Amino acid sequence: MEKIVTDICIIGAGPVGLFAVFEAGLLKMRCHLVDVLPQVGGQLSEIYPQKPIYDIPGFPVINAQELVDGLMEQIKPFNPTFSLGQRVDELEKLEDGSFIVKTFEDTEVHSKVVVIAGGLGCFEPRKPAIENLEQFEGKGVSYMVRNPELYRDKKLVLAGGGDSALDWTIFLADIASEVTLVHRGDSFRGAPDSAEKVVELAQQGRINLVLQSNITAISGNGRLKNVLVVDKNREQQTIAADYLIPLFGLTPKLGPIADWGLNIDKSAIEVNTIDYSTNIEGVFAIGDINTYPGKLKLILCGFHEAALMAQSAFKFVYPDLKLSFKYTTVYGVNTF
Amino acid sequence: MIIVTVEDQKGRIQQLEIPEDIDLNLMETLKTFQYPMRATCGGMGLCADCHCRVIQGDNLLPEQLDQEIMTLEAVPESDYDSRLSCQIKVGRAISGLSIKLLGPAE
Repeated sequence: MEKIVTDICIIGAGPVGLFAVFEAGLLKMRCHLVDVLPQVGGQLSEIYPQKPIYDIPGFPVINAQELVDGLMEQIKPFNPTFSLGQRVDELEKLEDGSFIVKTFEDTEVHSKVVVIAGGLGCFEPRKPAIENLEQFEGKGVSYMVRNPELYRDKKLVLAGGGDSALDWTIFLADIASEVTLVHRGDSFRGAPDSAEKVVELAQQGRINLVLQSNITAISGNGRLKNVLVVDKNREQQTIAADYLIPLFGLTPKLGPIADWGLNIDKSAIEVNTIDYSTNIEGVFAIGDINTYPGKLKLILCGFHEAALMAQSAFKFVYPDLKLSFKYTTVYGVNTF
Repeated sequence: MIIVTVEDQKGRIQQLEIPEDIDLNLMETLKTFQYPMRATCGGMGLCADCHCRVIQGDNLLPEQLDQEIMTLEAVPESDYDSRLSCQIKVGRAISGLSIKLLGPAE
């Protein structure tokens, strides 16, 4: 188990979570960020890294990834620490008012303040509608490739038509004894090089390519054994499989945060707009994850929320100090 | 007036009367009619939150662009009559369309 002690635990390393580090840093508060994704940037890096954003003040246009890179540079002086690829699970409030945030991956973050900047929630794998799919999770069904060696000399079925399905098909073709890629469409629109390579591998007989087909059922006795595939003419075929890896991208879900006793309205956390505090003292929610009358889900609104949150969080981190508001133009960015 | 029939995630069917000068895409239009629409990507055709099935009026719709096809290919429950409502511009041409919403209801 990894234990981290900090002033503020920020859940979510999207643009608003990152900027919160800056605002907290100006007030000498240290931050640790936790994010379920393996990289920082949240939706910007995961969904639209190359898309332009036009409503960031001072930037007539900036690419999503460039904004994330800029924010990382801006907060560097404050030495934030990160637990990436980790999903928050539990929030525990201790008697002294501080918090322990626990992740599924067994990290514990002890902090005086918790800031939830979780966007639309945790990005989780999109699951195909197969009736007993969850029954086989961890028993042959997984939604990502963590350790390719697990598949050595095994029979694999991958499903999906995006870049990730193509790339893993190519990679695992050299490792598994048999690889079948099932795709709903009749062609691939992912990276042309990868698509070409997959077709080539199929022509060489090194993988089985099953196009215009969907997986409709899976079966096995405790462990996955067979995958039933149906094509557009309703013809069925059963494929023997040790593993099924559906690769249909990620979709956000609120996840365990929903069970922390926070006031929630339509998957968003209700906050007081004075400082974006929640109904749990010491827990704040900023960015797309919060809701209040007039809420706009804009990055720039999240930045504003981060600034106000930090002023209030100061009282929890330094209860004996008086806070005096300072401009960066007068005092600069004093790091620690 | 543009007429679009919408079946929501709970099976409720409603005929919408949309003003011709609305100047929005179908996902945004549905939001103005108070349909819960998460729209993670905000209308870039990237997230499939506005995934819908065309029940009638496929011929009224513009051809899919690569981005829409690519996104729909990554959605396990998508089918040959699937569309992303954010990629459909609302105008007189689509009057008579009938769709079923499949994306998450926020």
